[in-house]
Amino acid sequence: MEFIKPGVNINFIGRRYLGYGISAFMIVLSILTLVIMGGPKYGIDFVGGTVIQVKFEKDVSIAAIKSGLAEIDLGGSAVQRFGEPEDNEYLVRTDKSVATGEDFSSQVSRAVSSATGTDAEIRRVEMVGPQVGQTLREKALFALFYALLFITIYISGRFEMKWMVSAVTAGALIGAVYLFSLFNMSIPILILVALLVSLVLFWQLHLRYAMGAIIALIHDVTITVGVFTLTGKEFSLPIVAALLTIIGYSLNDTIIVFDRIRENLRRYTRRGLEENINRSINETLSRTILTSATTLIVLLCLFFLGGDIIHDFAFALIVGVLIGTYSSVFVASPTLVIMEGAGIPTGQSPQAEPNG
Amino acid sequence: MKGYTWRLVLVLGVLLAAVICVVPTFRPEVWPHKQINLGLDLQGGMHLALEVETEKAVESRIESIRGELRSLLREARIRHGQLRAAGNAGLSLRLLNPEDREKFADLVEEEFAEVEVRSTSTREGELYAEIGLTKKRVTEIREQAVKQAVETIRNRIDQFGVNEPDIRVQGQRRILIQLPGIEDTRRAKELIGRTAQLEFKLIDEEHSLQKAMDGQPPPGSEILYESREATGGRRQAYLVRKRALLTGAYLEDARVQIGQQFNQPYVTIDFDRKGARIFARVTEENVNKRLAIVLDNNVYSAPVIQEKIPGGKARITGQFDMQEAHDLAIVLRAGALPAPVKIIEERTVGPSLGHDSIRMGFISMAVGGALVILFMVLYYQLAGLIADLALGLNIVLIAAGLAAFGATLTLPGIAGIILTIGMAVDANVIIFERVREERRLGKTPGSAINAGFDRAAVAVLDANVTTLIAALVLYQFGTGPVKGFAVTLSLGVLASLFTALFVCRLIFDYLYSVRRMKTLSI
Repeated sequence: MEFIKPGVNINFIGRRYLGYGISAFMIVLSILTLVIMGGPKYGIDFVGGTVIQVKFEKDVSIAAIKSGLAEIDLGGSAVQRFGEPEDNEYLVRTDKSVATGEDFSSQVSRAVSSATGTDAEIRRVEMVGPQVGQTLREKALFALFYALLFITIYISGRFEMKWMVSAVTAGALIGAVYLFSLFNMSIPILILVALLVSLVLFWQLHLRYAMGAIIALIHDVTITVGVFTLTGKEFSLPIVAALLTIIGYSLNDTIIVFDRIRENLRRYTRRGLEENINRSINETLSRTILTSATTLIVLLCLFFLGGDIIHDFAFALIVGVLIGTYSSVFVASPTLVIMEGAGIPTGQSPQAEPNG
Repeated sequence: MKGYTWRLVLVLGVLLAAVICVVPTFRPEVWPHKQINLGLDLQGGMHLALEVETEKAVESRIESIRGELRSLLREARIRHGQLRAAGNAGLSLRLLNPEDREKFADLVEEEFAEVEVRSTSTREGELYAEIGLTKKRVTEIREQAVKQAVETIRNRIDQFGVNEPDIRVQGQRRILIQLPGIEDTRRAKELIGRTAQLEFKLIDEEHSLQKAMDGQPPPGSEILYESREATGGRRQAYLVRKRALLTGAYLEDARVQIGQQFNQPYVTIDFDRKGARIFARVTEENVNKRLAIVLDNNVYSAPVIQEKIPGGKARITGQFDMQEAHDLAIVLRAGALPAPVKIIEERTVGPSLGHDSIRMGFISMAVGGALVILFMVLYYQLAGLIADLALGLNIVLIAAGLAAFGATLTLPGIAGIILTIGMAVDANVIIFERVREERRLGKTPGSAINAGFDRAAVAVLDANVTTLIAALVLYQFGTGPVKGFAVTLSLGVLASLFTALFVCRLIFDYLYSVRRMKTLSI
């Protein structure tokens, strides 16, 4: 069986401005969403608070639950349905994180049982104090930062076969971040600084493939965060895990295409750069699509069958894989063309072996 | 063909080792050994993070130094003003006679190794001094408080009866507690969070309680309330001397007894020999006075001492039910926490939800796996079948890895396995597509396979390394369930590299080099 016939030749590079347009639109939309909504919506993992999952024996109204909560001064809690309608499950969320001794969950259980006249089973309680939220937020940001750092180093080393240059990049990155951390900059700003420094370095050091890869990465993560914020979903620890996975996984396709570009540039020296890149994308198109397809199959299963707790996690990964696949064709590869246009040649790297 | 035999031996060896690791989880009766641990989100249970208020331990150390110093100063006849708490684990005082300066410094140095004189100055013929705990000692007290809290909590939990609790220190002052399968979370939290500081204090009968409640209590005394509410919902107040005559530190045993008259449970406590001696002396010296039994600053009872009590026995009464009395005995036996603790994070999952999560996780895994397997066979035929075999081995390897490393399987961990199923065949897809390409160039099946594997190997490796980097970083920074995801994802990436590049290659080599198959079904 073959979905994509051999010898297919779609002019991706010729239509790259369409890709730029779509990407620019999605990124601007993501950033606008983030600005308008005042940043991503953080779950209790990061800001503290309490989430209680309650299951009732029969269907009850949200208003009844809220009136029960109002009696124990939790009238401001958010109540929402969770899972399938026939499950009669609800999530109660408050900003409060309650200290020792006070038995919050049984209070809530009693209050909502009496208000709704139905037995309530507390299935899950998650209480995160503000101090813990702070710690978890820092940990999550550091994780994102280090993942970006290490992957950047790996890409610049592996793709260009210039491990010395890669070491320089790493040193410069760590130095810049250390310098800025002396000024007590917040971690998001440090991440931005690190990204800017890597972009400037890659440009200056003529690391074309690394440049393409890191731009695709920024593109993927920004849009995933944007889609997440736009759909009103909450950021929790598992979502950060999903983002990290996307950072790792969305590069897979990019790596395959880049490997082929390198191989073709060496083999067909008389072809122009744009043609070589376009050929490479087409030659690897079936695997780009197939690898993402198999991953999407299992993620869709997880999304539809895995239950509500894992729902958003699966959603983030699905968005990430889709965007990652798109960006390896429409963002990462055209970056090489842009850099060539700016006078940074995408020549052959003599040490590299033919792969992919 | 090259090295075919040893590669076969290696693969069979790995397979055997994997099966041995997995067997105890599924058939513990065959070979009981390390099983795959289920995370709290799958088996139900409670995760708590506590913060030990270590500064309270430092404060109480300062408080007892203040008491000792006061009596030492009196013995040494050094006239002084009031000893006041100064910031930073310190005390400040005024010496009426500046000539006592040397004497005072010597006394402090001799009696308190942990205390240093921070500053002295003379004003209007009087000497002002500030002393305090050394920095090193403050750190020590804090560390000890956390260590001791962990020990005490472990004791309490052991007596409460929880299977395989996990208690560990996180950072400088946090304690993480995992209680799998626990149902009565309210009771567990009370048991863990209670300071259980038992003190015997005299009632201050020289001053008026009413006056103290209106304004400032007299120095050396404080107002404490009774533990239970009287009729009308108010709690009786007592004016109590601050100094404890005897504490739970000398306690040897605590047991629940049932009162003869009203069938009311109460707790009897036995002091050790030193405690019994102190108790006998205290009761002897204070006959006809009221002695308050105070637990965590709540007065349980304040009986009048009728006569000297030798033998070191006392009882704590209150309106407990059987379970409360039982839990009180546990916390008393296990000892007081050196400092109060605060619950700063709680995650509880009911057992039914855990079961649902496992069920739904495995359903998605089964359906997703079946679809991927079907797709591979349809798309790549025989080669797809080989990839599916490798996929099966891959999942066995992940399970074996979980068991062998004693890792914990969580709900995101199951998601990681599911994700791995989708990603593991990626490597096969990349290789097979390359083989197809080589075939189109007119190569024989054997050489197409060789060229395909050789050329695709590096790309497969590169693609997986980036995912592995992300997974490892996640493992380093992740907590709880998320860590479980990082574990299965890392194991999955490593296993799929092995199965795709090594096992599949071996099967193809067998078919096309050993059996010399002529057609290539890919």
